[in-house]
Amino acid sequence: MDTNGVVSFDVSPEDSHEVHVLAVDDSLVDRKVIERLLKISACKVTAVDSGIRALQFLGLDEQRRASESDSFVPSLKVDLIITDYCMPEMTGYELLKKIKESTTFREIPVVIMSSENILPRIDRCLEEGAEDFIVKPVKLSDVKRLKGYMTPREVRERSQERTSVEGSGGGVEINNKRKLEEQEISDVSSSPPSISTLSSSPSDSSPSPSPSSSPTSSPSVLASPIRRLKMSSSTTD
Amino acid sequence: MLGFGADLLWADMNRLLAFLFHQGVLDEQFLQLQQLQDEASPNFVSEVLNIYFHESEKLLTNLRGLLMERDYKKMGVHLNQFMGSSSSIGAKRVTNVCVAFRAATLQTNRAGCLRALEMLEHEYCYLKNKLHQLFQIEQQRALVAGVRYPVQNQNQ
Repeated sequence: MDTNGVVSFDVSPEDSHEVHVLAVDDSLVDRKVIERLLKISACKVTAVDSGIRALQFLGLDEQRRASESDSFVPSLKVDLIITDYCMPEMTGYELLKKIKESTTFREIPVVIMSSENILPRIDRCLEEGAEDFIVKPVKLSDVKRLKGYMTPREVRERSQERTSVEGSGGGVEINNKRKLEEQEISDVSSSPPSISTLSSSPSDSSPSPSPSSSPTSSPSVLASPIRRLKMSSSTTD
Repeated sequence: MLGFGADLLWADMNRLLAFLFHQGVLDEQFLQLQQLQDEASPNFVSEVLNIYFHESEKLLTNLRGLLMERDYKKMGVHLNQFMGSSSSIGAKRVTNVCVAFRAATLQTNRAGCLRALEMLEHEYCYLKNKLHQLFQIEQQRALVAGVRYPVQNQNQ
């Protein structure tokens, strides 16, 4: 257990089948929990305590120029970034923006966590390109859902072996942002047909029941209930 | 006989847990923490809780000082932190008091803040005591269950 450092990371040699997640949270308690949640879900984890350290890890910090960043390769390829929203100095939103502005890293899915279920905040993050938004406290079911966003082929094949789907199939997309459903989104349930066709169509070699999206971003865009809501109904309030 | 003791302790532990859930002291996030403990990480829950206790005590001390200084904004920041970590371990009542406390800081309601701080200290102490009790029972149970096997072998 890493008690005095602010970074904990796995030093095992890179295994192309294992997903590597960069977790960013200023709370030590939350870092420990998210780390364990990810490890128990067969992910490699690097946990840092700030957006600045996250950028340093990726090689996107201010000391490097853009041209240097393009040739910089972090020691472990990052498949997903999960970050807390409320952090001192640099918020998760600001970190998200920096990542999406980078040509090297903008393809990495970014998930935002927050203890507050604030709709405008969620919207802003999704519009900036966040893959998903999790309301804390984070649970195992949230992490299982996240695995669907990551390295497509390996994860799809592996989740086919592991029966970790738990009856989610096409229904997982509907469960995105579960806390929001409790609030107001009642017409999400009217959209399932489009979701299930999306999740079943992209599978080429692996007929996996996993809801993971294909390498292109469009399935996950449509899969997001927020986006569906915006496209289907013109008004919420 | 010792095996019987372990079972009694197991029942005690579950009774205490059920009580804490019923009282709203803990919520299902605590169960989630327990699910994260396994052979690979056998002390996960106590490790996380020790970090939580350590951080919380610092936060409470700071909150008292900030209240004296009437720094409501900083109190809000501390409360966000306290709220976050409390909800991450499933400390429902503590989290709820933090929410009310934060509302009082937004209103710069000094009397309300003082009341909330006292309630927060009370709830936190109660939680800590109960969780320590839980750990004690668990440790006793592990001890008793561990001793059982050599004694059984001797009797054969």
